[in-house]
Amino acid sequence: MAKVIEEEKFPGHPLLPYVLILPSVAVIVLFLVVPFLQSVQESFFASTAFGTNTVFVGLRNYERLFSSPAFRASAFATLLFAAFVMGVGLAVSLAVAQLLNQKIRGQGFYQIALIWTYALSPNVAGAIWALMFAPATGIVPFVVSWLTGGHLLNWMTNGSLALLVVSAAATWKMLGYNIVFFLAGLQNIPEELLDAARVDGAGPWRTFRDITFPMLSPTTTFLLFVNMIYAFFQVFGLIDIMTHGGPGDATNILIYKLYRDAFLYLDTGAASAESCVIFIVISLAALVQLTFATRRAVYAR
Amino acid sequence: MTMRAAPRGWKAAATHGVLIALVVVLAFPVFYALVVSTLTFQQAYVYPPRLVPGTELWPNVVEAWNRVHMGRLFWVTTIISVATAVVKIVLSLMAAYAYTHFRFRGRALLFPMTMVTQMLPLPVRILPTYELMADFHWINTYSALMFPFFASTTGILLFRQFFLTVPRDLPDAARIDGAGPIRYFLDVLVPISRTNIAALFVIEFIYMWSEYLWPLIVTNTEDMRVVQIGIKMLIATDQISPAWNVIMAGTIVAMLPPLVVLMAFRRSFAEGIAMQAQQ
Repeated sequence: MAKVIEEEKFPGHPLLPYVLILPSVAVIVLFLVVPFLQSVQESFFASTAFGTNTVFVGLRNYERLFSSPAFRASAFATLLFAAFVMGVGLAVSLAVAQLLNQKIRGQGFYQIALIWTYALSPNVAGAIWALMFAPATGIVPFVVSWLTGGHLLNWMTNGSLALLVVSAAATWKMLGYNIVFFLAGLQNIPEELLDAARVDGAGPWRTFRDITFPMLSPTTTFLLFVNMIYAFFQVFGLIDIMTHGGPGDATNILIYKLYRDAFLYLDTGAASAESCVIFIVISLAALVQLTFATRRAVYAR
Repeated sequence: MTMRAAPRGWKAAATHGVLIALVVVLAFPVFYALVVSTLTFQQAYVYPPRLVPGTELWPNVVEAWNRVHMGRLFWVTTIISVATAVVKIVLSLMAAYAYTHFRFRGRALLFPMTMVTQMLPLPVRILPTYELMADFHWINTYSALMFPFFASTTGILLFRQFFLTVPRDLPDAARIDGAGPIRYFLDVLVPISRTNIAALFVIEFIYMWSEYLWPLIVTNTEDMRVVQIGIKMLIATDQISPAWNVIMAGTIVAMLPPLVVLMAFRRSFAEGIAMQAQQ
């Protein structure tokens, strides 16, 4: 953990630091902070029938949201989807990273051979997985039907299956990135710690549980946050290409519902309230990440 | 770098076996897409599905390219991806330099504020940001596609982390040599940051190349569409029996630029990740 530089490197340039940060701060204020505050404000208003005027409605938008079955279905689908992407994705990645973290040949090759899916966009992943699972003609329904003696796999009519397929597609795309990131984290753990555990007679599982995993917690929390942002928002294109939120509302995750409420149904009040709900969830997650990041500082001392 | 002891004999073979199986499984979807992109329309619909490449790759690519005017999409997307990556790198370098090399009133407040950026992704401000673009008359412009993305928490953190590892004698030596803060920044700090610059370029180029939701909202004319919208248009044109061979040809072409960028800077990218993992 590097410490903050407290000393002035170039005295006598009082204005320069402000000039240096001005562009970043201007972008953040103009395109991030102000629009966000407007989102909060708009979530307390509703537009009248013809969209000509807005009236203050207090918490009505939120009440409407939380009592709407569509929103609840969407929140539920988002939770399942994110849980799959974060849970399954990170568990598998950590296992593979552990396997890679040995003196074996071809480290460089494996890193490249694993990470390249990071360069694929969610739309590309969606298009390819839609092809693989195309009912009746795709390769996966073919293999399943062949293995089970004729079972028809149709994710276009089966909601749970659709959610599983989009979750798997989303996880697939991020797997390589997560593996390489975990590997970098594993290689930062001091060898002496692991040796000491081994000398004390700890088996591989105890070493992992008591040393590797706690030492890795900053990497894990960082990846949890990155994967959560990914599962919440960046998969928009994957959903739009594969399912349009369907069948029914089975894959209508929040970002997709937000897009449709805001830009197709023009329900500004509901969309703004959804934006704010999303913000609260992210803030909580960011707080957790920050807490763990600071705890690492204590370890490092 | 710490690694566990080298496994021997069958154990090493087993490890390689598992890893290679994983590499193959991970690559299979794209391999299959590649095969389909070489088939004729009829071949793409044979049952059981065909896994042997055909000879129609080029005609399919041409068909996909022409159908959605891919040339224009590539042009627009390349411009916004390169420009956004470059601007983000420049702004992050500047901000990180200020936060690590200067003490100034308000720093304690401004630094956390730049970090808050990662808590304000597009979805939490999507409608007002869109309204802002409309107020600026920016709909269907490069500005609308790029400006809201110019702040980069990742970049500021990455460069800050790196600048903090630079030996303290370096700025002192530069000062004694008579270099001012701007000379030092441009002639010393930026050149030694090139690995991180390359890593950030990869991250931001891929990020922007993949962007779909925002371009969908702020553009509605054909000449300002991006590549990701092109993929969607390829699929949406024939719903009942999609021309998978053409769709996949277009998809493969659309994934090439970010892949090339990743491969070209793979070392820097890996080092950048290692640096991020230390934070």
